Amino acid sequence: MRCGDFRQSYAEDMSLFDSPLPRVLLAGLLAFLLVLPQFSTTYWLDVLNRIFIAIIAAAGLNVVTGYTGLISLGTAAFLAVGAFTTAALAGKAGLPFVVVIPLSGLLTAMIGLVFGIPSLRLKGLYLAVATLAAHYIVEFTVSHWDHMTGGVNGISIPAAQFAGIVLKDDRGIYYLIYPIMVGLLFFTKNLFRTKTGKAFVAIRDQDISAEVMGVDVFRYKLLSFAISSFLIGVAGSLLAYQARIISPENFPITLAIDYLGMVIIGGLGSIVGSIFGAIFITLLPEMLRLATDALGNQWPGLMVIVAPIKTGVFGLVVILFLIFEPDGMAARWNHIKAYWKLYPFSY
Amino acid sequence: MEFFLQLLLNGIVVGSIYSLVGLGFVVIYKSTSVLNFAQGEFLVLGAYICLTLTVQYHVPFFWSFLLTLAFSALMGILTERIILRPMIGEPVISLIMVTLGLSSLLKAIIQGVWGTELRPFPDIFPAEPVKIGPLPVSQGYLISLASVAVLLVIFTLFFKFTRAGVAMRATAFSQQVSLSMGISVKRIFALAWSIAAVVSAIGGVLLAGIRGGLDGAMAFFGLKVIPVVILGGLDSIAGAIVGGPIMGILENLAGGYLDPLVGGGAKEVAPFVILVLILGFKPYGLFGKIKIERV
Repeated sequence: MRCGDFRQSYAEDMSLFDSPLPRVLLAGLLAFLLVLPQFSTTYWLDVLNRIFIAIIAAAGLNVVTGYTGLISLGTAAFLAVGAFTTAALAGKAGLPFVVVIPLSGLLTAMIGLVFGIPSLRLKGLYLAVATLAAHYIVEFTVSHWDHMTGGVNGISIPAAQFAGIVLKDDRGIYYLIYPIMVGLLFFTKNLFRTKTGKAFVAIRDQDISAEVMGVDVFRYKLLSFAISSFLIGVAGSLLAYQARIISPENFPITLAIDYLGMVIIGGLGSIVGSIFGAIFITLLPEMLRLATDALGNQWPGLMVIVAPIKTGVFGLVVILFLIFEPDGMAARWNHIKAYWKLYPFSY
Repeated sequence: MEFFLQLLLNGIVVGSIYSLVGLGFVVIYKSTSVLNFAQGEFLVLGAYICLTLTVQYHVPFFWSFLLTLAFSALMGILTERIILRPMIGEPVISLIMVTLGLSSLLKAIIQGVWGTELRPFPDIFPAEPVKIGPLPVSQGYLISLASVAVLLVIFTLFFKFTRAGVAMRATAFSQQVSLSMGISVKRIFALAWSIAAVVSAIGGVLLAGIRGGLDGAMAFFGLKVIPVVILGGLDSIAGAIVGGPIMGILENLAGGYLDPLVGGGAKEVAPFVILVLILGFKPYGLFGKIKIERV
């Protein structure tokens, strides 16, 4: 039985798991999620797929906003770039998904770099405003470039296929999204154990001191934008494969605000926080829908106001978290973990 | 030529309302360093309250307008007291996010109470157009332009000569010094938010009067004011006054001449393209205070 948290070397301090139990629990969870589709209904499978996609994009936003301290309102735009690139590459060029998904990510990373350039001169508010402009410019482009994006009518995407395997239904696409999500989360988690990730955190905490200590702020800010947009682009690509039909209306500015909300509610600068935030914000409308379905018999008027209730609850939750728990759900999670880690002998 | 003049006039009128709402942005930013993303919802909420009082409760327009202003002032104070005050000293991202959360909350209230369909706004302006040279100009435009001009003069005088105005400028200059001179910074913050809410409500009523109708989509106006205040300089009241008409004219010209080429939407996106250009070349705007902090 453990009675304390002793770390005797730097390697130990940097390790992902500080005891064998979390490793076992995580492996169990991953295995459980692997077999889950065999027992799940199509509805919940669809919800799970959307949660996983949201987790990838939220982790991407957290890289730039939570870890590097650059506020981005461009998430919806980058998701759109990834999704419409996939539509073009898979639909028009007929490429398999093993090529399409990385290419979509890379193209989004390049677009992200273009809009990341203002971040070299601008900070805080000004950067938020620049990414806001990026959102509207991308939205204008995708809704007017008709022969590439289908314009306002949207465009349909063929089922993901590779070497004769066609992932037609929700179950098939689950086995595409799930491993990609796990892989990217491990990548992101490990990123912050490397020199690059630590440079990001140094820029967030104090950019001028970071530069004095030899961090190339210029390079790392751009790199952070690129990695973040890559993750968001991959999420957008998976979104296109999962939804099968996309239009510019799927990527409104409120989506970007939803993602910022995920990162705030989950916890800035925390991968596990991105997971919690993504689950919470994706489940919120589903839960409200289930609740109104159940109560709809008594109050038929309830169905009409589901959309405003969702927006209102979202706004309220964000405000309450910011005022009462600015470190998000991840902070609560850490409290709980710390309590149980040394459970019977906490002193 | 007539088309050009018409666009120019539209631009100046819409731009003057930009200036008015932009003034609200600048007042909040200057004194509290918060960029208020909920400004558009303040605007819509004010217009809806005026509409409801006039149409449903048959209050004469003048009184319902005054009641709207009183309500907006109260809402501004409450917003500051309940939501913004606990956030003092938090990082920029939290400040941005809290106003975005506020904007979602207000949007939900607006949608829940008034729905999403377009409602006709009472005719507050005489319908007959006036001829200026060859150009027929609607009276609504002229009245709106004149009232904005009067308001901007009043606010300029307020900041220059009244006790509260000078105290606000002092707070914007340095909170610590103002505190030591006996200025209640908390009260100044509340005043800034109520001024912002009031000017937004006036802008909302004028805009709804010009359009003749009102729906939640008008909140987009609040986001379009951001390029205006960045153009003028976020912390400059003169910048907001000058930036409004410039942006209004530019977006109307873009809408008039580019829309046929690109198939619509140029008017909405033009301010944001201009915004990117300004941020690239002159990030602190025309009149903004240049803070030298490069990384």
